[in-house]
Amino acid sequence: MLFGIEWDTSSTWAFATSILPILLIGMWVTIQAAVVGFFIALVLGLVWAALKAAPLKIISWPAIVVTEFLRDTPLLIQLFFLYYVLPEFGIVLPAFMTGALALGLQYSAYTSEVYRAGIEAVARGQHEAARALNLSGTRTFTHIILPQAVPRIVPAMGNYLVSIMKDVPLLSVVTVLEMLNVARIIGDRTFNYIVPLSMVGGIYLIMTLIASGAVRLLDDKLPKRGIPLK
Amino acid sequence: MTETGADTIIKFDKVVKRFDTFTVIDELDFEVKRGEKVTIIGPSGSGKSTVLRILMTLEPISGGVVYVDGDTLWHEKGGNGDLKPASESHLRKMREKMGMVFQQFNLFPHMTVRRNLTEAPTQVLGMPKAEAKQRADELLEMVGLTAHADKYPHQLSGGQQQRVGIARALAMRPKIMLFDEPTSALDPELVGEVLGVIRRLAEEHDLTMLLVTHEMNFARQISDRVCFFDRGKVLEQGKPEDLFTNPKEERTREFLKAVLEDN
Ligand SMILES: Nc1ncnc2c1ncn2[C@@H]1O[C@H](COP(=O)(O)OP(=O)(O)O)[C@@H](O)[C@H]1O
Ligand SMILES: [Mg+2]
Repeated sequence: MLFGIEWDTSSTWAFATSILPILLIGMWVTIQAAVVGFFIALVLGLVWAALKAAPLKIISWPAIVVTEFLRDTPLLIQLFFLYYVLPEFGIVLPAFMTGALALGLQYSAYTSEVYRAGIEAVARGQHEAARALNLSGTRTFTHIILPQAVPRIVPAMGNYLVSIMKDVPLLSVVTVLEMLNVARIIGDRTFNYIVPLSMVGGIYLIMTLIASGAVRLLDDKLPKRGIPLK
Repeated sequence: MTETGADTIIKFDKVVKRFDTFTVIDELDFEVKRGEKVTIIGPSGSGKSTVLRILMTLEPISGGVVYVDGDTLWHEKGGNGDLKPASESHLRKMREKMGMVFQQFNLFPHMTVRRNLTEAPTQVLGMPKAEAKQRADELLEMVGLTAHADKYPHQLSGGQQQRVGIARALAMRPKIMLFDEPTSALDPELVGEVLGVIRRLAEEHDLTMLLVTHEMNFARQISDRVCFFDRGKVLEQGKPEDLFTNPKEERTREFLKAVLEDN
C-alpha cells in the first residue's frame, strides 16, 4: 500500500492497473518538479544573461563565474549542497522545493546560454536604432531585443524542458516521491520491479512526446513577423 | 556655454577617431550651419559613416571636441570648467537633437509601422499615446504610407521601409537629421520615392541635414554644400555647382569621374 492505495498482485494485469493511480500521483510530482524547476531556470537564466551582457566587468564577471560553476558541476552535488548544507545556515526547505531549486539553478546556466545566443543573434542595427531613438537600455532590452530573441530560443528551451523532466528522478535521493522513486518503492515492497519500471518508462515516453509536441506547436504558432531566423 | 557661433549647429574641432591603432578620422575640422543641407561624398572607407555615427553617439571619439547646438557632445563641463567625458544622461539630452536614417533601415520587425513611430515618442518624450498615434499618422501621410500603418515592416518594399525609417526619426522632432546612404540598399526603381521624401524635407528650412550618398544628381539639387571626404578628412568642399563642375583636387576629380561612370 502506498498513498493509501492497495495493490493487487493476483495477475500482472491486475497489478499494473492497481498501481497505475499510485504512479500517476508520482507523475504529478514529477511534472510539478519539472515545471517549477523549468520556470526558475527561465527566469534566473534571463537574469544571468542580462548580467553577463552588462558592460561593467564587476557585474558581468560574477555572473560568468556562477553560471560556469553551475554548469560544470554535477546536479547531484548541487542537490546535496542545497539539501545538507543550507540547513546548517538555518535555511530549511521542503525536499520538493530543494529539488526544484537545484534543477532550476543548474538549468539556469544552460538557459542563460540560450538567451545569450538568441540575444546576440539580434542584428546590431537594432541596438543602434534604439539608441538613436534614445530608448533606455532597459526598454531596449525588454521591448526591442528580447521579443526578437524569443522566437529563436523557443526550440532550444523546449529541449531543456524535456531534459529537465528526465532529470527529475535524481530528486529521489533527497526523498522526493517523484514517479521513479514511487515505482522503486512499489518494487521493493512487491519484489516486482519489471511492471512498475516499465510503466514509468512508458509514461515518461508519453510525457516527453507531449512536451516536445507542445513546444513544436508553440514554435509554429509564434508570430515571426519577418524576424530573420537563421 | 556656446563655443561656436549662434548660426553654427555642428562643429568638429580636431576630432580624432581610432579603431585600435587604425585612425579613421584624423584631426577633422568640420562645421555645419543651422538649417544647412550638407552632403558628404567620398570613397568607401573614408569615414563618412563614422562622422554620422559619432554625431548620433553610436561611436565615441578618441580625441578633439564635437559641439552640437551650442553644447559639447562627447564631453561635459566639470566643476572647474574642465571638459570631462559625457555621462549617459548628458548623451541622452544631446541625442534628442538628432535623428538618424540607416542604410539598412533598422526598423523594429516585431512592431507595426505605426508602433515603430510611436514607441520612442511615448517612451522617451512621455507623449500621450493618442497624441503619438496622431503624430505618427501625420508623418505616415507625409511619406505616403497611410495605408500601411498596421502592417509589419517585412510586408513592405525596401523603399517603403526606408520611408518608415525617415518618419520614425522625424517622430522625435530632431533639429538635425542624419542620413547614412539611405538609398544604397534599395533596388534602383525604389530609390526615387525615398529621395522624393528627403527632397521635401530639404525644403524645410529649420531642419539641418547631413546626408551621405552616392546619388550625385540628387546631392547637386538639394545641398547647400558638398563635402568630399578622403581618408578621414574633408579634402575639398563647396557649393554643389562649384564642386561638381570644377573640382580643384585631383582625388575629387577621380572620384567624381568614377562615380559618374558608374551611374
Ligand atoms: N567598428 C569598427 N572597427 C574597426 N574598424 C572600423 C569600424 N567601423 C569602421 N571601421 C573602419 O573605418 C573606416 C571608415 O569607415 P566608415 O566610416 O564606415 O567609411 P565610409 O562610410 O566612408 O565607407 C573603414 O576603413 C572601416 O573599415
Ligand atoms: Mg558608410
